[in-house]
This record gives sequence, structure tokens and C-alpha cells, in this order.
Amino acid sequence: MNSMNNENDAAKTAERQQGFESPETIDAELAQALSHFKASIHAWSEAAYSRPRTVAPTLRQRSWRLAAGWALGCVLVAGSVSGGLVERHHRIAAEQMAAAQRAAEQASQLREQQAQAKVSDSDVTDEVLLAGVDSDVSRQVPSAMEPLAQMMQDDESK
Amino acid sequence: MTTADDAAAEEFARIVERHRPQIFRFLLSSTRDVDLAETLTQECFLKAHRNWGSFRGESSAMTWLMRIAINLQKDHWRNRRMQFWRTTRTNSVDLDEASEWLPSGEGSAEQHLLARERVGEVWKAVKGLSERQRTVFLLRYVEEQELSEIAAATGLSEGTVKAHLSRAVARVRLELGGKR
Repeated sequence: MNSMNNENDAAKTAERQQGFESPETIDAELAQALSHFKASIHAWSEAAYSRPRTVAPTLRQRSWRLAAGWALGCVLVAGSVSGGLVERHHRIAAEQMAAAQRAAEQASQLREQQAQAKVSDSDVTDEVLLAGVDSDVSRQVPSAMEPLAQMMQDDESK
Repeated sequence: MTTADDAAAEEFARIVERHRPQIFRFLLSSTRDVDLAETLTQECFLKAHRNWGSFRGESSAMTWLMRIAINLQKDHWRNRRMQFWRTTRTNSVDLDEASEWLPSGEGSAEQHLLARERVGEVWKAVKGLSERQRTVFLLRYVEEQELSEIAAATGLSEGTVKAHLSRAVARVRLELGGKR
């Protein structure tokens, strides 16, 4: 009998050394806790097992919940997609407007530059013309009167 | 032929009547979800009914059914992990609620309260166990199955069952010891 006990103890020691101990080596307190645990689950299971079956409503509820979840998900996805599209559309419109404004500004600048260039060209022509006019006007004696003027000069010298 | 079919159906009906509460209890303790436990119990017996012809009686009907239940439960958790949105849709009761179910066998109110606390601590430890450890622990200490039956139901060797059980008990002991 003693040798059998020794063998059991040795087996338990060997099991402990291998990293686990025999499940039977539980103290009284643990045994009581486990017994309460078992009683608790048995009581809960009996109560749940004998309750009125509500399988159909539960199924219906679950399918409603599932459908509602899917619908909500679809709405959220559609909302986010359409929001993104609207946002993109606004951004593209704003970019197009800005590009058009830039093009208009560039065109107006070009027109101004061309106008300035024309103005400067006309200034040059006028100056040249005026210079010509001045030289013509600045003649003291018209060419038709030049022989008379020469005669007068000859008389004066005499 | 019809008589043989009728006899098989009658036998299966008897098995359902006899083992259904135990299968339900195991699934309830594993999932802490009454609706899910009911669903999985139904699936278990549906599967058993389909395969009743292939049951050769090498193990007991209870062990065979328990094996189906364990596999169904495993599949359920695997699917749940794969489909992450299902994790938000759980009906598992919390540990305090699970601990409320204690028969009023204890003498004083204080003792009853203490017993409830202890049950809560065991639940907490069980929640922290791995799937296999939990299954082995529940089969041993709630269903009071022998190690050989647990090994047959889980498909593990007896040595592996012992190791899982020992680690589970150590975890429970640690949880109980930590609260003292």
C-alpha cells in the first residue's frame, strides 16, 4: 500500500516536472469553487433550456437588424461616394474658373502690351513727320521766291 | 426496410432527448450566449441526424455528439475571426451575469455572496484560457467526463488532455489565489 502511494507521489512529481500537474491535485478551496462553478452553469443551463422558445422572433429580429445594418452601410457608402464626387466636381469647376480668369488676365495683358506697342509706333511716325514739317516750315524763304531773295542780297552787297 | 428506418429514427429521437440538455449546457458554458448555444445545439443534432448512418458505435453516442459540438463551436469562432463585423454582434453575457446563476444552497447570505464571487473568478479565469484549455476544462469540471472521454471527444491524446487541464486548473488557482 505504501509503495503504491509512493508511486503515485512520484508520478505526480514527474508530471509537475514536465510542466503540468495532475488535475486531481486540487485543494479543498479550489474544489469548492469548481463545484459552485458547475452548479452555477447547471442552474443557468436548466433555466435557459426550459425557457419558452422564441426562435422565430429572434430570427426575424436578427434579419431585420441585418437588413437595417446593410441599408445603413449602403447609405453611408453612397453618401461618402456622392460627397466625394460633389467635392471633386466643385474642385474641378473652381480650377476651371481660375484657369479661365488667368487666361483672361493674360489676354488683357497681351492686349495692353499690343496697344502700348501701337501707341509707341504712332509716336515715332508723328515725330518723323513733324520733323519733316518743321524743316519745311523752318525755311525762311519759300523756294519759289528764292531768285528774288538772291537779287535782294546782290543789291544789298552793292 | 421501413421498420428498420423507423427503429433508427426512434433511436435517434431517444438520443436527442437524452443528450440534448448536456450538449446545450456545454455550448452555453463555452459561448456564454443562450441564442448561439441553441443554434449550435440544433446544428449539432442536424449534423448528427445526417450522419447517423455512419455512426458505428465505436465511442459512446455522447462522445460522438460532443465531438460534433466541439467542431461546430470551433468553426463558429473561426468564421467569426474571419468576418470581423460579426465580432461586434455578440450576445454573450458578461461574467457578472453568468455568475448570478447559483443555487441558494449556501447557508448564510454572506456565504452565498462569497460563493458567487468565487464563481465569478472562475469565469474570469476560464475566459482567459485558450480554446482547447477551455474545452477540456469545461468537459472535465462541468460535464464531469473522464479523461479518456475528453480525449475521444477532442481528438487529443490523454497526455495532451492532462497537460491542458493542468494548465487550466493552474490558471483558475492563480485567479482564485490572487483575490485572497
